[in-house]
Amino acid sequence: MRLGVLCSGGKDSLYACFRAMQAEEVVCLITIVPANPESYMFHTPNLHVVPLQATAAGLPLVSRESRGEKEEELIDLAGAISAARESHGIEGVVSGALMSVYQSSRVQRVCRELDLWCFNPLWYYDPRRYMGDLVASGFSVVISAVCAEPFDESWLGRRLDRDALSTLEAYSRDFGISLAGEGGEYETLVLDTPFFRKRIVIEESDTRYGNFRGSLCVTRARLEEK
Amino acid sequence: MILLVDLSDKKRPLLRDEFVRPVAQIVGRSGAEWTCCHFTEVDGQALAGCGAVILCGTALKDRSYLDAREHFSWLRDAVNPVLGICAGMQVISLACGGIVYDCCEIGMVEVKTLVPHPLLPPGPQFSAFELHSIGCTAPPGWRVLALSQACIQAFCHPVRPLFGVMFHPEVRNEGVVERFLCRAGEGTS
Repeated sequence: MRLGVLCSGGKDSLYACFRAMQAEEVVCLITIVPANPESYMFHTPNLHVVPLQATAAGLPLVSRESRGEKEEELIDLAGAISAARESHGIEGVVSGALMSVYQSSRVQRVCRELDLWCFNPLWYYDPRRYMGDLVASGFSVVISAVCAEPFDESWLGRRLDRDALSTLEAYSRDFGISLAGEGGEYETLVLDTPFFRKRIVIEESDTRYGNFRGSLCVTRARLEEK
Repeated sequence: MILLVDLSDKKRPLLRDEFVRPVAQIVGRSGAEWTCCHFTEVDGQALAGCGAVILCGTALKDRSYLDAREHFSWLRDAVNPVLGICAGMQVISLACGGIVYDCCEIGMVEVKTLVPHPLLPPGPQFSAFELHSIGCTAPPGWRVLALSQACIQAFCHPVRPLFGVMFHPEVRNEGVVERFLCRAGEGTS
């Protein structure tokens, strides 16, 4: 089955893509670029890196802009998915929804309206197992934003490795953060995956941080051979 | 040992991650052992080796299980406790004399309890996650336990430990699965 993967550039969408590739044919990535940084539906930091990720994966990218307002986002999402069906013949959509009923229900409704299959391979995946699998499977992931106590500035750009995961587990236990960042406590950017032909190198970035909130915005990046 | 039955199209193994794994995680957390097989592989040997059966759901567009009704005839005489989730409830209905029809609900809905039952969340109503494009009737003689505005949400056999829920208890109503396991003598929760 030919599938399009909803891609925000973060770990969940690209790990869902990885899982989908093991079972089906992924033919494109689909991304929505919201003007509203507080978008209800779509992860926003570093969406401008997604085209580089698509190139690294050797996949075409279907990209649509959205004003990022609550229900208009669904119209924009349906438009992007329709465009992917027309240009790449997709029969289904993959999302990286983990536990968000809000997000997954909306994607399910759009797919039903368009008579497409909808796959959520990370749905209710135990966070500890998921994060362990992610780290073990060869993904290179960095923290691109934080939004909760006790994250300090050193987390911005930090590689999500076993050490980081161990600290996140302690934070989850002591501060109640969601281990997988499902509550928006942190955001991620994927630089490499097992299915990337090249890896992404961040050459320049702009970091902003204060009072447990911060972001790392990639201002220049390139692909390099693996 | 709990037998988890995968009702998804065999050609779509990706669906197992979404519809079987979350249930398996609840079973595992409850302290019970589990095994999984596709609905086309359920036979006397598989049923004899397990203490209870959970029929898991599948995707909105997946109707392959409805074209394979011969694989569910064992439900008519099942003695093991059985919990059917969504598509699982539909196949219980079909196997035992009910009917299915187009009926779609997606997302959280309010479910009204008609008959309080130890498996269901306490109280006169509860919120539940729905993901179905087909509804079903209760088989003749079965008890309807709960309803949403759209369709029957839970039923049970009057005597045998056979239950069906249209909502997905693995999302925000894990207690339904845990209590089923306890009643089946398989869980510790």
